[in-house]
Amino acid sequence: MARLVGRRALFAVPVLLVVTFGVFAIAAASPFDPVKAYAGTAGLTASQDNLDQLRANLGVDRPLAARWWEWLTSALTGDLGDSSTLRQPVADVIGERVGWSVLLAATAFLVAILLGTALGVLAARRPGGWLDRAVTSLAYTLEAAPPFWLGLLAVWLFALKLGVLPSGGLTDTASSAVTAGQVATHLVLPAGVLAISQLPWFVLYVRQGVGDALGDDPVRGARARGLAERTVLLGHALRSGMLPVLTLIGSRVPELITGALLVETVFSWPGIAAATVQAATSVDFPLLAALTALATAAVLLGNLVADLLYGLADPRVGFDG
Amino acid sequence: MRARSIRGTGGAAAAIAIAVAASACSAPGDGSAGGAKDSAVVGIAYEPDTLSPLLGYGKDGNSKIFDGLLTHDADMKLRPALAADLPKVADDGKTYTYKLREGVKFSDGKPFSAKDVVFTYETILDKKTNNASKTELDAVKSVEAKGDDTVVFHLKYPYAPFAERTVLPIAPEHIAGKQDVNTGAFTTKPVGTGPYELVKWSRGEKLTFKANPGYWGGAPKIKNFTMAIIKDDDVRATRLDAGELDGAILPPNLAKKYEDDGGKKTYAAKTFDYRVVTLPTGNKVAGDTDIRRALDVGVNRKAMVDSILDGAGKEAYGPVPTDSPWFTKGTERKFDAGKAKKILDQAGWKPGKDGIREKDGVRAAFPLWYLSGDKLRQDHALAYASDAKKLGIKVEVQSGTWEVIEPRMPKDAVLAGGGSPADPDFDQYTLLKSSLAGDGFNNMAHYDNKKVDEALEDARKSGDHAKRQVAYDTIQRELVKNPGYTFLTHIDHLYVVDKRFGDLSTQVEPHDHGLASGPWWNVEDWQPAK
Repeated sequence: MARLVGRRALFAVPVLLVVTFGVFAIAAASPFDPVKAYAGTAGLTASQDNLDQLRANLGVDRPLAARWWEWLTSALTGDLGDSSTLRQPVADVIGERVGWSVLLAATAFLVAILLGTALGVLAARRPGGWLDRAVTSLAYTLEAAPPFWLGLLAVWLFALKLGVLPSGGLTDTASSAVTAGQVATHLVLPAGVLAISQLPWFVLYVRQGVGDALGDDPVRGARARGLAERTVLLGHALRSGMLPVLTLIGSRVPELITGALLVETVFSWPGIAAATVQAATSVDFPLLAALTALATAAVLLGNLVADLLYGLADPRVGFDG
Repeated sequence: MRARSIRGTGGAAAAIAIAVAASACSAPGDGSAGGAKDSAVVGIAYEPDTLSPLLGYGKDGNSKIFDGLLTHDADMKLRPALAADLPKVADDGKTYTYKLREGVKFSDGKPFSAKDVVFTYETILDKKTNNASKTELDAVKSVEAKGDDTVVFHLKYPYAPFAERTVLPIAPEHIAGKQDVNTGAFTTKPVGTGPYELVKWSRGEKLTFKANPGYWGGAPKIKNFTMAIIKDDDVRATRLDAGELDGAILPPNLAKKYEDDGGKKTYAAKTFDYRVVTLPTGNKVAGDTDIRRALDVGVNRKAMVDSILDGAGKEAYGPVPTDSPWFTKGTERKFDAGKAKKILDQAGWKPGKDGIREKDGVRAAFPLWYLSGDKLRQDHALAYASDAKKLGIKVEVQSGTWEVIEPRMPKDAVLAGGGSPADPDFDQYTLLKSSLAGDGFNNMAHYDNKKVDEALEDARKSGDHAKRQVAYDTIQRELVKNPGYTFLTHIDHLYVVDKRFGDLSTQVEPHDHGLASGPWWNVEDWQPAK
């Protein structure tokens, strides 16, 4: 187990290097001018001298390899640099926002897993039954629906038509305090939408896994011994049917991150999404690189966790294989 | 054994996730319910990049958290704020002396003094400070504190409108001086002398303020003030309808439906916010004086105001709006397509086969760029092109980002916007001075007119109002004879605000809008109904 973790950690190093360098290269090749992005409307009345000075201060005209190397070396010492667009240290930007993104993503993921498992088991119990057909076709429909579209639909229905849930933000507009109750009500829609967008994969995997397991010898044997249907379903079929779902958990992480970016934008959720979009369009190198490294690390970690869980849940699968 | 260790790991991971989420909740504890009598929530469209005056926040006054040496009243007249009086000008307009108000404190309780003023201006002028507006202080040679209560500005050249620049907010040296000016905590957690203190800036969501009880001008009646940042016009209107907002800035088409609303009042703020077509001197067609004059009388500005702005605006003939005291009466250009055609005919621009005029083998055609995504500019550009086409001039409308447009500015026309009401020098010098041609976004049209150059210098040197008026009259008359730009409209900014705040006022507004202006320009003076 330790060897697996160690090997993955070693593997992560070149991946992170390549990804961050790629970000610098792409940003350097983009047609956007970081100085204009920094100056904003003030840039429209600034003299060329002023703009040149800004360019020098921001250090954006140096070669990209040098900029990347400087960013990398100072990042290794714990200094992530300063975000030019947000006029803040990158560490502060991430510190202020990542918690809210984690809360949103974790809630959505948990809901998706729980709800997906429940629906999947129900569907697998009577394959071809009305419940199975309803759940499966719903899952296929949702699979095709982009999260931002679901988000807009949810705002329209719950905030505008029914008026039961707030349409956006972390707390009520007039409130300056962040209370747990307020955050909870404001979390419902974005987390719900994100969960729904992740749901189909869990439903379909669990349904397939449990359905297959119900036909296996051990389950048939358990039934033959006269065990209760409940015990057979949850104790035997679900246990072995859940194995593929563990792999799924790891592979869903990237989509969860991109989905969260879109959902955060729709619901003005103060997570890292807005910062990511802003960093990209204003060619804010340090912020963009840090956020990309963070997302890459999350994906690698997600895969590692999935593999570990799989190994722990099924002793036949070795950690070194 | 193994199963247990899984559960242990999972539990630890969950605990970490929750701890991370909880540590992010760094908001203070005083909660205030929405809709209270002494609170106001307004919706704005733009978010500031920074709240540090050292990086350009609030440079035109009205920053709420800060005060400048001077401030503007409703009529945009200068009034003392942190200064006790208007400045004493000496040395032929090269020395400005400000006596400071006594007993003013920053909201952290530390006293304000002359050294804070010197610190603020010197930091902005420092090459290492990433302030994109520092060009506006070009005239300053040095700032000097004489004792605790007097500040003296020494200028490089006589600059009549300088006092208008000193509405710039003053930052506390004891806080801002101790950190990185470009990225320090002060850029997001500012402390000033102003009527409000920042409670929290939740980026992309809102800015919340509470009244500064120790404000030198008296504690504001509105105790809690929130600016919600809502970029989308429709969403802003929806949240106004839902009662989440007490007021908002809206485009004309959305503001219209509140005209008959018993609970809300619509305010149309007069502005200096113009939309203009640059006619670059480097373009054979747009640089031709006859083409310029024909376009100047041949475009229907009234139709643009009525159709594009829904009547919320007025025709523009120069950067100075027609209702400003600086406007030169008699320089209005009546829409006259017949006259425009006559000018072109007499100048030898003869209609070609396809109706587009030609002269000496040059087709009367030039491209016109507008910033992509800006609907208002797009509408203006298309209206301009359609009017020009009727005269036999082909204007090819194209859209792009500033990165695409900027390199083309010396040759191609651009649908630009701007406007600064404080002093006529601010707009006209940078728009028209030939030596500034192509300097950043200054003088985009590369306009070059000796008489105008001289008048611009005269106007900024003289402190005498009558002399300045003569100079600006000269400029406006020159612009009729040889327009380097076609000014189209001045745009009203529309706001809808709940009636319970009583009758509010608006200032004359600049091109930028929403944060510092709007009916909440003086929210500290609002008297909410009991």
